[in-house]
Amino acid sequence: MSEYINILLYIQIGLSGLCLYRIIRGPTIPDRMIGIDIFGILVVGICAIISIQTERSFILDIGIAWIILSFIGTLTLAKYLSGKKLNE
Amino acid sequence: MNNLNNMITIILISIGVIFNILGCIGLLRLPDAYNRLQAATKCVTLGCCSILLAVVFHFGISDAGAKAVIAIPILFFSSTVAAHALIRGTYHFGVKLSDRSVKDDYNDAIK
Repeated sequence: MSEYINILLYIQIGLSGLCLYRIIRGPTIPDRMIGIDIFGILVVGICAIISIQTERSFILDIGIAWIILSFIGTLTLAKYLSGKKLNE
Repeated sequence: MNNLNNMITIILISIGVIFNILGCIGLLRLPDAYNRLQAATKCVTLGCCSILLAVVFHFGISDAGAKAVIAIPILFFSSTVAAHALIRGTYHFGVKLSDRSVKDDYNDAIK
């Protein structure tokens, strides 16, 4: 059981590496922002798998906080992209 | 009982990782920003919801299970709303569609 979950954890970490490729390489600015958004969602999956493996529950708190911060950050970046002020 | 629980956990995590792999392949391979976000957001959101469901099955009724149950709707709604806002901003920023797209309904709608 533990070895199999280890393999899945490594695959998940490798997938977030692929997102880093899109963040670095992306041809336009929105591509980089999409990469950051997807990276934030993948980190939550990594936190969940680690919490299964170590039997600790506080790692899920990190995941929830990461979701909310990524949500606020993405909304701010979207406002910046559409050229409006933040209070409109 | 314990064995069955472990099996359900592994199956749910495997489903989630497969969805994540498909989403990340879409993020790397598709031609323009709209296609990339459309492929990646749906697949990765569903995959991470499946992994959190595996956490619920593994821990049962405890503090970790309750945290995972709270995290699933937060992840689901926040990521879809963020993707909608992001793709709207991308369109207003002026990113061109790829050459192979055939239709642009949003351009007619905002006129």
